[in-house]
Amino acid sequence: MFPFNFEWVWDMAHVIFFGGFWYAISILGAGLTYCILKAAYDTFKGGGESHHHH
Amino acid sequence: MNKNDKKAHKFGMVIDLDKCTGCGSCMVSCMSENNVPFKEDESNKKDSITWMRVYKLTNGKSFPETEIVYLPRPCQHCGGKGDHGHSPCVSVCPATATDYGYDTGIVSQIYTRCFGCRYCMGACPYHARYFNWWDPKWPEGMEKYLSPDVSPRMRGVVEKCSFCYHRYQAAKDKAYYDGREDIEENEYQTACTTACPAGAIVFGDLYNPAHRVHEIVKPDPHPASINSTVVGKSRNPNVFRLLERLGTNPKVYYLSEREWVRKAGDNYLAGEWDKIKNHHGSESHG
Amino acid sequence: MDSALIPEGAKRCAFPKFALGIAIVGAVVLWGVYAMGLIWWKGLNQTNMNDNYGFALWIWADLAVIAVGGGAFFTGLLKYIFKVDELKNIINFAVIIGFICYSSALLILAIDIGQPLRGWFIFWHANVHSMLTEVAFCLSCYFAVLTIEFIPNILENRQANKVPFFHHLAHNMHGVMAVFAATGAFLSFFHQGSLGGVAGVMYGRPFAVREGLLIWPWTFFLFTWSAAAFGPCFTLLVTKITEAVTGKKLVKDNVVHLLAKISGWMITTYIIAKIIDTIYWATVTVPGLGLDIDHFYSNNAFYGYWILFTEIIICGVIPGLLLIMKSTRENPTLRLLAIILGVIGVCLNRWVMVLQIMAIPVMSFDTWALYIPSWQEVATTVLPVAYGIILIAVTYRYLPVFPQEKELNAVQPVTETE
Repeated sequence: MFPFNFEWVWDMAHVIFFGGFWYAISILGAGLTYCILKAAYDTFKGGGESHHHH
Repeated sequence: MNKNDKKAHKFGMVIDLDKCTGCGSCMVSCMSENNVPFKEDESNKKDSITWMRVYKLTNGKSFPETEIVYLPRPCQHCGGKGDHGHSPCVSVCPATATDYGYDTGIVSQIYTRCFGCRYCMGACPYHARYFNWWDPKWPEGMEKYLSPDVSPRMRGVVEKCSFCYHRYQAAKDKAYYDGREDIEENEYQTACTTACPAGAIVFGDLYNPAHRVHEIVKPDPHPASINSTVVGKSRNPNVFRLLERLGTNPKVYYLSEREWVRKAGDNYLAGEWDKIKNHHGSESHG
Repeated sequence: MDSALIPEGAKRCAFPKFALGIAIVGAVVLWGVYAMGLIWWKGLNQTNMNDNYGFALWIWADLAVIAVGGGAFFTGLLKYIFKVDELKNIINFAVIIGFICYSSALLILAIDIGQPLRGWFIFWHANVHSMLTEVAFCLSCYFAVLTIEFIPNILENRQANKVPFFHHLAHNMHGVMAVFAATGAFLSFFHQGSLGGVAGVMYGRPFAVREGLLIWPWTFFLFTWSAAAFGPCFTLLVTKITEAVTGKKLVKDNVVHLLAKISGWMITTYIIAKIIDTIYWATVTVPGLGLDIDHFYSNNAFYGYWILFTEIIICGVIPGLLLIMKSTRENPTLRLLAIILGVIGVCLNRWVMVLQIMAIPVMSFDTWALYIPSWQEVATTVLPVAYGIILIAVTYRYLPVFPQEKELNAVQPVTETE
């Protein structure tokens, strides 16, 4: 899973597999972080007005 | 890493089915050598552990033509397609808990790494892999007879024949102590080989032309002409491997002078056997 | 009693009636949890699995729920990436069904492995060449995606939405949902495929093995395609059941027709590919290994050609055709028949690709092995179904799952006729 695991090899298979994995994880993490931070910002900005979205 | 490496071995076995009497000594010696657990009631063979299992085959003919052969089946230690070490089981294990030893050709099982998904069992067409459905329980006092060289397995993991790998380690240790580079043929023999009263099992290094197993098998180092995934086909017309056509490349060979026995080693379409039987063993050499 | 939690303007049954229903299904959950406890405590000897049947009922259930749960990723892909806007009226429900399916799959896997405490080894000591590793990674990640997709709907609960932070969070998550949906589609493509790959790479098993493209056997693509094809059938089926139980129309016909039509074309194209795959396997792959197709369908008490015929023709070709033709698709009875057949078909395919593989002898002197699950296996397989029913009941009651519900169930008795 990590380069420090002893079965890790720097070969194409590991680079592709874990490249895809960490890429997906990063997108999810970044997306979620953005949503949470923006929600906190909107809240403290005094977001009394309610958006309607459906 | 490969056979050009001076130290690399390819341990394998040839079992003479015309000599095997079906006595079961190989099974017993294997179980006691490797601390294989057993159940109180062993009548259900589908969930009992037998690293070495003796199958009974018949030619299907009625008396007086009936013939019977006993076929001992350890783990076949497959080299996989093209003999590259991607055995059916090794390539599928998600946690790297079963491994192919490029220096020995032995397929290992790492019990403390296995989490019991059993994918390897599904992938093995030989039923050579067994699951520990129960925790091992030894009758009172019997734990004193367990081999200290082989770790017992816990519930929930897969186990199988290791070609008595601990004996290989012991032989290497001794060679090292004696200041030798490598081990002798007789220094590393599996428990089943040494226990067989008929001398039906021959074990050794398939890379070493001086070893008896090599003399009998005469493995062809080139891929078979009809199926390039098959490597190491025997050039002895009486020697065959189980399910050779799948490309699993087992290191366990079988020897029989009886045609129906050799035919039982693999699957053939109607009429196919008669076409290839004369080339059997030697077809890839041409 | 709980009216403050119920979506504004929605009518729900009285709380005691709801509680009674939950209690009845809850009893089934407890039965399953008891069986699960037995298995964790005593081990897999509580099952009827054996060394021939290392993969059995659970792995089938796993593959089946993931296949039918494919409706979530495919509907999400259509809605957020291909901008099929009508599907916004069913996407929430598709996500909830997907969430149930994937959480169930993970639970079943946790019960299925011999050493549950070592489950994390599949990540930590990953063998990247194993299809199962890819399944584990993508499945877990995709479950995270489903959770992310589910959260905004939860936050839209009447009380939760009053909290400004939650309100904004739900709004922002809707805003970037396309990114999550795209990631989900990527992950789904791989784990649905890898589940097919699990069978296709077993070259020691002539019934399973397939040739393919690069490292991926054809079963990889067939599984992804079939999950996208039949998943929406399951979404529609559960919607239909929910409508029947609640006695309300929850999704407009045009939305149902659209999803049914897409599903129909997916099923039809899939089944053509499946037929080609089967013919190639039967006429080229298998004879090359010295076996005749009869070998896989004879000499045993259960598996015959009927299973192949049922899977491909009755539960593949027929639902495909029923759903692509306008007249049959828009006939409620025939549409329901088609989606039921479709769901059975994909489950049957997963059964064949797990259990039939294990049953078939490979060595010439081997015998067929049949298997009947133990009650503990059945109980733990029913458990996710019961849990799913409860989760649907709770979400339907308290969350605005169906955007069209209010409009379709207006107070005036002017209901549309079918």
